[in-house]
Amino acid sequence: MLERLRERITPTDIVMWMIGGSLLVMIIWGSAATLLAGLYTPRHWLDFVIFGLAQGSVYALIAMGYTMVYGVLRMINFAHSEVFMSGPYTAYYVAAAFYRSGLLESHPVLCLLAIFMVSMFISSMIAFLLEKIAYRPLRNAPRLIPLITAIGASFFLQYVFRGLYGSGFQAYPVVKMLEGHWTFIGIRILRFQAVVIVAAALLLAALYSFIQMTRVGKAIRAVSEDKEAAYLMGIDVDKMISTTFIIGGMAAGAAGAFYGIMFKQVHFFMGFIPGIKAFTAAVLGGIGNIPGAMLGGIFLGLIESVGPSLFLDGLGIVAPYQLKDAIAFTMLVLVLIFRPTGILGERLAVKKA
Amino acid sequence: MTQMESLWRHGIKTGFIGAVTVVLLALIGMVEAFSQRDIIAGVISMGHALLLVIAIFMGYIAAKRTALSGIGSTLINSVVSGVIIAGSLVLLILLGSWVNLRSIFMNASPALYSLLTFGIEFKNGWTFLLLAGALCGLVAGLLYQSFPTFRRILITSLSSVIIAGVLQDMLRPTLSAWGPISVISDWLFSSNGLSLSGAITLCLVIAVILFIWFQKRDILRTRFSRLPSSGQRTLRMAGYVLLVGIFLVLPQVLGLFLSEVLTIVGLYVLLGLGLNIVVGYAGLLDLGYVAFFAIGAYVTAILTSPELGFFSLTFWQALPFAVILGLLSGVILGVPVLKMRGDYLAIATLGFGEIIRILVLSDFLRPWLGGAQGIGRIPKASIGGYEFATPQQIYYLILAGCAFVIFISLRLKDSRLGRAWKAMREDEDVAQAMGINLVATKLLAFATGAGFSALSGAIFASKLSSVYPHSFNVMISINILCLIIVGGMGSIPGVIVGAVALVGLPELLREFAEYRLLVYGAALVAMMLLRPEGLWPEVLHLRELQDAQSSSADSETPAPSGARI
Repeated sequence: MLERLRERITPTDIVMWMIGGSLLVMIIWGSAATLLAGLYTPRHWLDFVIFGLAQGSVYALIAMGYTMVYGVLRMINFAHSEVFMSGPYTAYYVAAAFYRSGLLESHPVLCLLAIFMVSMFISSMIAFLLEKIAYRPLRNAPRLIPLITAIGASFFLQYVFRGLYGSGFQAYPVVKMLEGHWTFIGIRILRFQAVVIVAAALLLAALYSFIQMTRVGKAIRAVSEDKEAAYLMGIDVDKMISTTFIIGGMAAGAAGAFYGIMFKQVHFFMGFIPGIKAFTAAVLGGIGNIPGAMLGGIFLGLIESVGPSLFLDGLGIVAPYQLKDAIAFTMLVLVLIFRPTGILGERLAVKKA
Repeated sequence: MTQMESLWRHGIKTGFIGAVTVVLLALIGMVEAFSQRDIIAGVISMGHALLLVIAIFMGYIAAKRTALSGIGSTLINSVVSGVIIAGSLVLLILLGSWVNLRSIFMNASPALYSLLTFGIEFKNGWTFLLLAGALCGLVAGLLYQSFPTFRRILITSLSSVIIAGVLQDMLRPTLSAWGPISVISDWLFSSNGLSLSGAITLCLVIAVILFIWFQKRDILRTRFSRLPSSGQRTLRMAGYVLLVGIFLVLPQVLGLFLSEVLTIVGLYVLLGLGLNIVVGYAGLLDLGYVAFFAIGAYVTAILTSPELGFFSLTFWQALPFAVILGLLSGVILGVPVLKMRGDYLAIATLGFGEIIRILVLSDFLRPWLGGAQGIGRIPKASIGGYEFATPQQIYYLILAGCAFVIFISLRLKDSRLGRAWKAMREDEDVAQAMGINLVATKLLAFATGAGFSALSGAIFASKLSSVYPHSFNVMISINILCLIIVGGMGSIPGVIVGAVALVGLPELLREFAEYRLLVYGAALVAMMLLRPEGLWPEVLHLRELQDAQSSSADSETPAPSGARI
């Protein structure tokens, strides 16, 4: 019995366990040291968690696009971060116009809705055109080719928007209604964060039920399961792929609008980092798996805001917040190594990815 | 009615695509920026040339799409597309004069509008614009109908005039550095752009050369193939010797700026050859490749720079350490990702690359790695008193590195290991069943690639004499991947061609830096759509690609086909 076990364990397995084990020890030791030293009060932790939730819901919305596209096309849509950027960058001009005309003061809810609509519309149109022009002709090409196309499209879109709107940061107007904070069962929560969390949760729920309950959602799921079988069942595969891109684009546009509200500025390069993070989130949740992407996004947001203080402060590391991206990517690599199918597992079984 | 529609359809369709393109180019400011520079002094600026080229190109496409329906319809379609393109500009100007577009699109200025009408008042300008569009379409249609040889000669000679105009800042100093040739350059160029007489002469000279080439091409080829094999070999050898000679004198001829560009291209060739082994030979998609470049550069910096004060070795003493540490880190980062395939591997390596960059950047490791300020005062390499300091001198260092790495790549390609890599690229399971040790083969691929990259990093560190974490972001990995694929995966000349096309050309056009990446992105997409096998594909890989495409084309149509059942 022991002999058999020893045969199965390769040296690489041992190395991996050692890496994993030492990281785990480090995390536990760091968190224990931080907590015992009492560096932060519960209030701090709560703020971290709320910020993490808001950030995470933005990631979750972007991750939807990555994961759905991966589901139907088996490709990483590198240009999705530009889909995310295009909506809020365009909607900025709507917001600025509302601000100048004073509508933003008198009817803030309507104006915010309009900004969301514009952002979602532009993002979904960009996603739609992207698929139609750049990806559709390459449906049957080897895997690397659409990847390079996506990278090219990403550059192109970034610099088209830079050319159109200029290269500076554009400051989103401040909405009076979203300043300050609300107190909610004893928890003080910044208003814009609350709005982002609630709105994102509603959107995610709507998206999920759309995919699960409607005919179109069912068709999209069928296409991601097996394109040819779906075709034989009378599903218009091309149309479903376009729909997937449009839905992903809408989610990204909404996420972009939230991002604009939270960080109050837009920029032509703003998509890159959230894009990579959201992609990480999609992988964390199991790429191709829609609830997984949501969960992965929120998990990543939380880890990023809580992690640096919790794991690293206790180890006496200087300026741990600088390392938050490193924590996110370490999570990614660890998940890929030890559970490559993601937290929830890959619904669309892709054995040979 | 329907007949009319189908008659004009292609013209309208291509016209609209062209219209969107020109309006976009105008709004993102490319037309205006390009019109700063004349191609032919006082006659035509780059901005106007851009518009004309697009109009003619779209007209040509429209003509090509309707080629089957006779000359008349071809001409109508290309003229229609030209008119639509011009019309879109007219509409843009009209819209701009009613609404203040500038509050959104920063480039929609009156200056742009007057440029678009070629400086004529709008009252007469719009008719002129439409006429110009129609004329462009007509020219394109006629061009399509003309003899192929004539067409090729005309297009090539005209585009060489455009290229000469675009690259004038590079050509002029280079040409004028050479005594007798400087007379030609003075005559060819005026203060801004080619002179009119120069442009016409250049065009004619190229046309005549091409004409003679087209006439004599076949004769030369048959003569070459009739030579005995030893004669052929000597001719080939002579060609190689000539090539080496050209490479050796290149920096002296080209001057400082172009030598600098050459060194950058050379570094990317080194990096590309390394990644070519990992991605091209072994089929392991590595997006964290820049990490090894960083490791090479930082090891060199730490070992040589007096700034940190740990060591003060010379460049040559530090180089082996850099390469060996690069190889080792290739193995270390390779072990965890051994079982991953395809996209997962790409993401994991991307994560590794970013982790290393963030760690280097952090304050936490600052005492050892210098943090965001990086490490400075890295000494230059020198051999026996000859210091590799200026770009022209460093060029030779990089050339030697490239020669070394090309030699290794060539020897590895058909070796046992190289064949094992290719087998693994095709199918891991089958390769394993054939007795290939996957773990060792994969790790060797990672290690070799990482070693090349570290070598490049060491040279990079000594070239800049400082290293910063910002030089090692993920865009470099992506750039290298793109240049390999654009060049042709697995092909060594392809890497060089790719580096020149994707790194060299953008460096040359630094003046238009704002639009550099835009064109780069569009070119990548166009390239993948039109020529996915790359500029200089490897024969084997090309064949596979064609096989894959034909087989997927078969399976794409699930419609009943008797042959398949």
